[in-house]
Amino acid sequence: MYCLWCDQEVIPQLSWTNLLLPERTRNICESCENGFLLLNGKHCLKCSRLSDETICSDCVKWENDPTWQGVLSFNQSVYSYNPMLRDVVTKWKYRGDYLLRDIFQYTFKDVFDDRFVKWEKEAIIVPIPLSEERMLERGFNQAESLAQLLKLPYQKPLSRVHGEKQSKKTRKERIDSKNPFEIKVQVSHPVILIDDIYTTGMTLRHAAKLLKNQGCPEVFAFTLARG
Amino acid sequence: MNMNDLFTSVRSLFTPTYDWIPTSKNTNTTTDDTFSLRFSGKLLLQSEIPLEPSTFTHLVSINYLTPVIAIEKTPWGHRCRRCGVHKKRMLAFMPCAKCGKTHLYCRNCIEMGRITSCEPLYYWTGPLPSWTKQVKACQWQGELSRYQQTASEQIVTTMKRGNDELLVWAVCGAGKTEMLFDGIGKSIEEGKRVCLATPRTDVVREILPRFRSAFPDTDISGLYGGSEDKDGTGQLVISTTHQLFRFAHAFDIVIIDEIDAFPFHSDPSLIFAANRAAKPDAARIYLTATPRQKQRQRVESKKLNAVFVPVRFHGHPLPVPTLQMDFQLKSSLKKYNPPKTFFTWYKNRSNPKRQLLIFVPTIKLAEEMVETLSFSLNLTENNPIYHVHASDSNREERVQQFRDKEFSILITTTILERGVTFPSVDVVVIDAGHSVFDEAALVQIAGRAGRSPNDPTGEVIFFHEGKTNAIVQAVKSINLMNKRGGKL
Ligand SMILES: [Zn+2]
Ligand SMILES: [Zn+2]
Ligand SMILES: [Zn+2]
Ligand SMILES: [Zn+2]
Repeated sequence: MYCLWCDQEVIPQLSWTNLLLPERTRNICESCENGFLLLNGKHCLKCSRLSDETICSDCVKWENDPTWQGVLSFNQSVYSYNPMLRDVVTKWKYRGDYLLRDIFQYTFKDVFDDRFVKWEKEAIIVPIPLSEERMLERGFNQAESLAQLLKLPYQKPLSRVHGEKQSKKTRKERIDSKNPFEIKVQVSHPVILIDDIYTTGMTLRHAAKLLKNQGCPEVFAFTLARG
Repeated sequence: MNMNDLFTSVRSLFTPTYDWIPTSKNTNTTTDDTFSLRFSGKLLLQSEIPLEPSTFTHLVSINYLTPVIAIEKTPWGHRCRRCGVHKKRMLAFMPCAKCGKTHLYCRNCIEMGRITSCEPLYYWTGPLPSWTKQVKACQWQGELSRYQQTASEQIVTTMKRGNDELLVWAVCGAGKTEMLFDGIGKSIEEGKRVCLATPRTDVVREILPRFRSAFPDTDISGLYGGSEDKDGTGQLVISTTHQLFRFAHAFDIVIIDEIDAFPFHSDPSLIFAANRAAKPDAARIYLTATPRQKQRQRVESKKLNAVFVPVRFHGHPLPVPTLQMDFQLKSSLKKYNPPKTFFTWYKNRSNPKRQLLIFVPTIKLAEEMVETLSFSLNLTENNPIYHVHASDSNREERVQQFRDKEFSILITTTILERGVTFPSVDVVVIDAGHSVFDEAALVQIAGRAGRSPNDPTGEVIFFHEGKTNAIVQAVKSINLMNKRGGKL
């Protein structure tokens, strides 16, 4: 096996993990893996951001705003969006190196199963969609390919009409921007939204709001990284 | 002779062929020449062809742009036609929203835009550009040394003949650029297209102005990561080897500088691209100061023509390294200190006015030794020591400051082993027995000293804990070149 990131040969080592779960072959070398930062430390219970407060100032702002209050129950992220993760995501999503997703395959599922065990049976998994234009450009939707790692059924009740280019806008502009989603089918179960990065939480809240307006009882988010 | 039988260093289980590259059939020259200038000899994705969709479709419909499959099937798997990669792990599957199928894409050259099975590469098959006719392309007035002259004549002959190759084995500081002028000039006059490829961006930037002044009426492109010129439409293209990934059957003459160098030596993709960039009947010139074993064997067995330039352009012999054994080397290095014997040498060196270039095997050592050495030498803030390494963002700036004599000691990893010239330096290698210092690296490092006719005799000293084969061979090969130079 060669490391998916640096292409160095990975020498398989016998450990409890691969003894118990023999299908779990390492696809990233130890030194690359050490570049990622799992969100294990003290973090905001609402958005996963590393923080000494139980609810961070960002989330307090959201919850004090009547438009967005309670729209998203919480976001769980797996990693911090550090330079290493940013480099991997850039190559994966923007350059289109689809295979890099597999770097996260086990951790992504493990963290999900652990956090959403209460809701897993009842809730519906919904990846954040891409607009058709962006989809044709990239060839794949990174959120959907992450959802597939969970090995659970997922649905696509939403479509995206415009506006993936969020990164250049200020926080204010993003909040004021129009809802980029449309709903195709109503969902009456709780929903766990899947996306790659939680940055401001705007995109996820737009999707959540739309779902809730159409009768969805509760919306959570599960993302690869907290920006 | 088999045209692919060139780079023996990678001649492994197979040789890639380039017979899939379409030939230009059109002789009609009524269209605007700008298209042929921009696209001839290029292998591009549609996204790399910035034309109105209607213009693009038109050029395809009249067969001026011909699509070719981007990932070819081979008896043992697949190969990316842009970068030549065929390793299974570099060609992965992806579900594709464009065509609805799951198919291959290339991971190896993805930074240049993704190559996939469902999207063709386009090759220009329209009229070929006609270059401005020149009677005397080369305006350089300088004079060649006797050895340079001999090499230059052989280069001219090889270029004229075409479908041939020549290894120019020239010591560091031989003045190889000037040896190429005559051959390139004559080729330009014959309407041929010429490419000079080098592994290093610094070298492109350094030689580009020299070529521009030697060939004032020739259309010259300089291509490197971040260069202003992106198209490479010139009759003479001076390029990093990395920039050859978009060329196919483009050049009548391909000159490859430092054929032995990293990454050219170790990256088969670059060799694939360089071979593809050459026309099937191209003349190929390889320049090196330190040929690899395989290349030497081919020279010795007369499979590869070679010409030697054993003397520097200023006529002085190469500085021969002095070897200094130090039993405490490793324990000094543990504390990031240079060995004790270094200080003894330093106090007694013959010309303390020279700047000092210190090579160390690791980045860590380069970083840490700045401190320890400043301390040991009792240097003040006005007399700083700096270091450079490969992932250093201000490397160029530091090197320039050193060249401008703004400071006197530079610690470096092997990144500065070649290409860079400083007029008057002593060169030190600390832990010369380390595996990063192979024979070629040590010869190149030694070649940094004595470059200027005003100070042609810098000291070169290797501190080691026991002679390695690389050290012995490097000294031997330098002595051999000097002997050869003395005899001629
Ligand atoms: Zn790695
Ligand atoms: Zn929060
Ligand atoms: Zn490729
Ligand atoms: Zn496709």
